[in-house]
Amino acid sequence: MSAKQWFGVLLCGLLALPVQAALNIQRWQTSQGARVVFVENHDLPILDISADFAAGTAYDRPGQYGVASLTRHLMGLGAGAWSERAIAERLADVGASLGGSIDGDRASFELRTLSSVAEREQAVATLAAILQRPHFPKPVIEREKARTIAGLKEARTQPEVIGAEAFQIAIYGDHPYSAASRVGEAGLAKLRQADFIDFHRRHYRAKALSIALMGDVSRAQAEAIAEQLADGLPAGEAPAAIARVTVNPVGKTQVLPHYATQSHLFMGLPGLKREDADYFPLLVGNYVLGGGGFDSRLMKEIRQQRGLAYSVYSYFSPMAELGPFQIGLQTKRESTDEAVRVARETLRRYVDEGPSDEELTQAKNNMIGGFPLRLDSNKKILGYLSVIGFYRLPSDWLDSYMAKIAAVTRDDIVQAFRQRVPLSAVQTVIVGGQPNAAAAK
Amino acid sequence: MRVLRSFSNDTTMRMLACLLLSFGLALNAQADLAERTLGNGLKVIVKTDHRAPVVVSQVWYRAGSMDESYGTTGVAHVLEHMMFKGTQAVPAGEFSKQIAAAGGRENAFTSRDHTAYFQTLQKDRLALAFKLEADRMANLTLAPEEFAKEIQVVMEERRMRTDDEPHALLYENFMATAFEAHPYRHPVIGWMGDLKNMTVADARAWYRHWYAPNNATVVVAGDVEPEQVFALAEQYFGPIPARTLPERKPLVEPEQSGMKSVVTRAPAKLPYLLMAWPAPKLSDPAKDWEPYALEVLAGVLDGNASARLSQRLVKERKIATEVSAGYDDAARGPVQFMLDATPAEGHSVGEVQAALKHEIVRIQRDGISGKELQRVKAQVLAGQVFQRDSLFYQAMQIGEWVTAGLDYRLLKQRFERIRAVTAEQVQEVAKRYLVDDKLTVATLDPLPLPEGKAEASTMMGDGHVR
Repeated sequence: MSAKQWFGVLLCGLLALPVQAALNIQRWQTSQGARVVFVENHDLPILDISADFAAGTAYDRPGQYGVASLTRHLMGLGAGAWSERAIAERLADVGASLGGSIDGDRASFELRTLSSVAEREQAVATLAAILQRPHFPKPVIEREKARTIAGLKEARTQPEVIGAEAFQIAIYGDHPYSAASRVGEAGLAKLRQADFIDFHRRHYRAKALSIALMGDVSRAQAEAIAEQLADGLPAGEAPAAIARVTVNPVGKTQVLPHYATQSHLFMGLPGLKREDADYFPLLVGNYVLGGGGFDSRLMKEIRQQRGLAYSVYSYFSPMAELGPFQIGLQTKRESTDEAVRVARETLRRYVDEGPSDEELTQAKNNMIGGFPLRLDSNKKILGYLSVIGFYRLPSDWLDSYMAKIAAVTRDDIVQAFRQRVPLSAVQTVIVGGQPNAAAAK
Repeated sequence: MRVLRSFSNDTTMRMLACLLLSFGLALNAQADLAERTLGNGLKVIVKTDHRAPVVVSQVWYRAGSMDESYGTTGVAHVLEHMMFKGTQAVPAGEFSKQIAAAGGRENAFTSRDHTAYFQTLQKDRLALAFKLEADRMANLTLAPEEFAKEIQVVMEERRMRTDDEPHALLYENFMATAFEAHPYRHPVIGWMGDLKNMTVADARAWYRHWYAPNNATVVVAGDVEPEQVFALAEQYFGPIPARTLPERKPLVEPEQSGMKSVVTRAPAKLPYLLMAWPAPKLSDPAKDWEPYALEVLAGVLDGNASARLSQRLVKERKIATEVSAGYDDAARGPVQFMLDATPAEGHSVGEVQAALKHEIVRIQRDGISGKELQRVKAQVLAGQVFQRDSLFYQAMQIGEWVTAGLDYRLLKQRFERIRAVTAEQVQEVAKRYLVDDKLTVATLDPLPLPEGKAEASTMMGDGHVR
């Protein structure tokens, strides 16, 4: 079979936009002022809930780094009528799983439960207590501080952690988005019960909460659940929004010595907001640069053509304010200089020239053709609902996604990259570094 | 695996998989499962799920690192990388490009037991996946110049995943100690010396031996009609001739005759401990009981936030910061029941080992409570519902069972069998298998970090402003 025939097969698949039933997103506010986003779906007897508060690490105050993250964690370790152990048992007894996460903006609780009444009610009541009436018991605080410090010590031996933290500080300076990298052992040790109670009272308010629900309940049931989750949260306005990020115009390079066999590269700057006129040009443009796996220029240049790295990528991580744009790779120490040089040249050339028409078509085909894959499970849909609710995105954000990708032009990308990724402002952190670099210079 | 984390090489993922594997499929009937074997021996299994207009296609080869020999360890995984490096019809890089252009996601992974390739696509694009997979099943180029670059990539992968990761190094040492004869003692990624000396001829021999339709299973899950899938399979894979496979000798690990231990010394802050005992694996999922009792035992020890190990060692005694239990009963080779832990500051590995031992003895002596048993079963019940949310996982589970030589149609019975486990059975398997003479202990002994090089705290400590 000839290559031409293969190409023919490929093309027939590309021309039509995928058929995707629109999600019926329902939105309202609870009586306490919490926002709710809901999709009703009865395919599986499962209910997924995400409760997202504007209580991310950016709300840490200097001198109290780590308080946001530990508050979120400790909330689940004793609340309402139940001890830490009782909470764990109540959830386990009904097969529910409670997880969560924190980033600069959001502190999130994710509950997955069977939708059958007894199981669901026990799981939801437990989550409600965790959100509204956490105990912060002193012995648990001390234990979890010690565990966190131990974890931090170990993590900070690892080049990927050392580099990620140094990079975050390099691109954000004093901005609160660098707070997660400033958590220190001494500071953690100083945190007291009152600090957690205070952080909870100030940040876990109904008006700082967005609830996403996905799955096997009716609208009326979803309303009651949302009401129950927001009930009893402190009233009053949510704390002020996160400060604007100012991009440091002077890019610098830091080399942090390390003993590992590989050097780790972190390169980038504050890049993209959730609500951003350049959102789609940067998203599509990044596919070509380093987001599109084996389609991407970085992968081709660094891995495919030179065998310099196993993993090489770039991404924009949109946040309430400018979230990071980052290029990353790991390579054996001996090829550090070459890999960094190729990564820089690839970025420079891409910012200068933008994508070729062929690359742009490929990016769009993948992002549009792959859209149904983004919504093929309740878990994935919940993730989008959580983002839409928390960041107050329009309800048709997903419905219009493909059309917005399709509308991006080469010029949009060139303009957006030139404006948003000025090369002179790119910060570089290298952990490891070329052996004998000093001697060679 | 080319980009994502390797399932086989990563302890955390492995332990997670163990937990997930304790849940059977929730099928009231087998109506959503269909199977056809083509004339060339290729088995095709279809799991229909109409929730989303999406299809997952996975090709499983029954050839993993356990089929390798001394001197060429890692070749199964290297070949996996080379499978993306072109055929005559589809040049290097084109496979990924065509799948990407169709909106698909794709990757591959190699384990001790198998090598698998997968694509996720809109449901009407399955033909593209089949066409490309069939082509590289038979027509791989294996060009020396592509091999020369890709072997470098694999060495980078080894550096990243193992050489610079103390826990991964420990796991590698542990496997090489626990297994003396069985090839599970070799790391999936291969020993660095073998990678450095590997040639394209090694990869070619591997491909010639194992990449045949009669050594493969295609698993398709999603919004498809089985008959259409079978027709497509016949069209694309049907013409590939069957081949005689190399003889598979039985690989028998001799019975362990006493406790073994190994120490890994690597730069790290915290020590770490892994304890493991040989355990039975599933052979007849409809009749076995011991593997199910061991699954429940793992659940009682570490199945939820209130489970015994975390409750006792982390919360009450505070001698460990992390602790977990794992057991995976579906495998081609011998399996292990494992515990691992990170001692809290001021507590030694020895103390934590004694504490873990004490928890085992308690179960051997006093058994488990009815409440604990019910709690684990409730989680199993929920878990078998939750897993239906992931198309990929459903296909994955079928593929794992097939390559392990198990009848995947019994996945449902597995769930019922776990529910039938009694407290006495859990106590019985703890007594029978978790004995000192069969134990292997691996310890991470942290070396001081090479001077002044890894400490980041001065730069990132509290209050530091740049």
